[in-house]
Amino acid sequence: MSTVLDRFGTVADPLVEINGLTVAFDGVKVLHGIDLSVARGEAVGLVGESGCGKSVTWLAALGLLPKKASVSGNVRLGSTELIDAEPDVLDTVRGGRIAMIFQDPASALNPVLRLGKQVGEALALHGGLSGAAIRAEARRLFDLVGIPDAARRLDAFPHELSGGQNQRVMIAMALAGKPDLLVADEPTTALDATIQAQILELLTKIRRETDMALVLISHDLGVISQTCDRVCVMYAGRIIETAEAQSLFDTPLHPYTQGLIAALPPLEGVRRRLDPIEGNVPEPWNLPPGCAFAPRCPRRGEACDAGVPPLAWKAPGRFAACIKALQAEPVRPREPVYA
Amino acid sequence: MSAPLLQTRNVTRCYGMRKGLLGRSVEVRAVDGVSLTVERGRTLGLVGESGSGKSTTGRLALGLEKPDAGDVLFKGAAMPGTDSLAWRQMRARMQMIYQDPLGALDRRLQIVEQVREPFDVHGLGQPKEREALAFALLQSVGLRADQGRRYPHELSGGQRQRAVIARALATKPDLLVCDEPVSALDVSIQAQVINLLVDIQQELGLGLLFISHDLKVIRQVSHRVAVMYLGRIVEEGEADLLLSNPAHPYTEALVSAAPVPGRRTRPRIVLQGDPPNPAARPSGCAFHPRCHAARERCKVESPLLKPMPDGRLAACHVAHDQANFLKAAS
Repeated sequence: MSTVLDRFGTVADPLVEINGLTVAFDGVKVLHGIDLSVARGEAVGLVGESGCGKSVTWLAALGLLPKKASVSGNVRLGSTELIDAEPDVLDTVRGGRIAMIFQDPASALNPVLRLGKQVGEALALHGGLSGAAIRAEARRLFDLVGIPDAARRLDAFPHELSGGQNQRVMIAMALAGKPDLLVADEPTTALDATIQAQILELLTKIRRETDMALVLISHDLGVISQTCDRVCVMYAGRIIETAEAQSLFDTPLHPYTQGLIAALPPLEGVRRRLDPIEGNVPEPWNLPPGCAFAPRCPRRGEACDAGVPPLAWKAPGRFAACIKALQAEPVRPREPVYA
Repeated sequence: MSAPLLQTRNVTRCYGMRKGLLGRSVEVRAVDGVSLTVERGRTLGLVGESGSGKSTTGRLALGLEKPDAGDVLFKGAAMPGTDSLAWRQMRARMQMIYQDPLGALDRRLQIVEQVREPFDVHGLGQPKEREALAFALLQSVGLRADQGRRYPHELSGGQRQRAVIARALATKPDLLVCDEPVSALDVSIQAQVINLLVDIQQELGLGLLFISHDLKVIRQVSHRVAVMYLGRIVEEGEADLLLSNPAHPYTEALVSAAPVPGRRTRPRIVLQGDPPNPAARPSGCAFHPRCHAARERCKVESPLLKPMPDGRLAACHVAHDQANFLKAAS
């Protein structure tokens, strides 16, 4: 499914709408006003390097940040405001309407509880089930996420399963509350390549079958490209480009996105020297005056230091926060694929 | 023809693993009869999933572990015993770079002091000159003098990995074993370090054993590639040939599962099941329970790593049968 963005970058009838979300730790701003909306059943990718704020965005939205973080802005789930919401409101939202899974399934599961009990907990809390119905439903979920021999696995402990199987258990737990949105934070980063492919395929399959929306957070452009309809690229606490996945990878507009794609070694075609983005990501307490990417940008001009460029409309469905991004041009000419 | 820089011949490394608290010890072959060759000025990429034995192979190559069977030859001579004087002298000729640069650096020492250490340990250069040599090395990997005066936590991940590379180059080694050297780095920084390694190799003629799980990175740096599965090499050959046209079904699945941005040009093969436990190695070909092309023979007979008509090595009954069939047909 593809979602059409209007000229203000929002989807019609959003499931979740984030407006001007900012986060600061000890007075240092790490998120500078995120605007992001997710439609029902849509798969949105959030991609960026470490420290760009892609995880913090969703931890803040779900009230999962430590107390010292000061959060402002709006996050609306339907008519419910999530920022500064009462704990009991958040309790029904988290795990019920929005579920989240993390990078390392082994540390997200309790090592001394049987898997069936852990999934059962989520079912009792969010599914309102009790007694034998819990076990039957847990078994159905295990089957759904492709855990072989589901009945026996319910009595297993996390250490008895592989990393990929544990991530399936996490997904089963996340599905227990029949959420409208699943936020997956680097769900395959700790897994092997062949297992990663299995989990991504599973997420896509579940999304199609249940019409659940998916937000996939990853540093890996390839993972995002294969799983998401729409992609938001983040840099230094801001979304700097957003577009439909295919057009973003074919014709990236922002120099940072172009740089990220050019820095990736290709798996096919002619091998050539990589074009790295020179320099480093700026520290949050030491941001340049204008565009945060300007010091590393090949197209930098004087105007770039004058102010932070807003995420602006560039073409239908395409937004970029760059005053130099004029037209869509392919970064890498398509090379012939040899047999 | 002179002897290759590094050669492992049928090296095997076993570990004892206890099943349960009082169970009998089971022998696990982490590396099982692996033969590899690294030439001067060339890179051999070693790819495989976790537990496939690629890191153990790297440690065997450096003599950090003693093989239970088989031998390791460095410039045609057998590797002396670990921790002997001869081994320590030889270790100056071969260096290792790990995944986590922060773990490889001493956080209480300035970067330049750590880069200087190999000169002190191996008695290279005059004591007075050593610091200048260390700064020169840092400059060659793209670190400024003021960065050399900093402590590891004051540098970014990419800069730390540069410092580790500078230190590894101090003894002018002939061989570098790189174990996932860029896996912990962000994409834009990854490219900087890959380019640096390629430049250093061209300049100094180093042989590289490059271990990674990332096929894209492996392809970028390697001349030859070896694919490991459960302690054995299942396919080895020229990087471009092997990755554009894999012969072994496992390599094929790995290539097709590699996440690439943009349109994919080949269908994705999603393998079923997990990599098997090395302690319970499947009979016959270890890959057969997950293989789409497996036949009856694969369940009983373990395939040997044999040359294919195009020069690469593959350990697969099906691939060899196909090659023989094509040869007979033409």
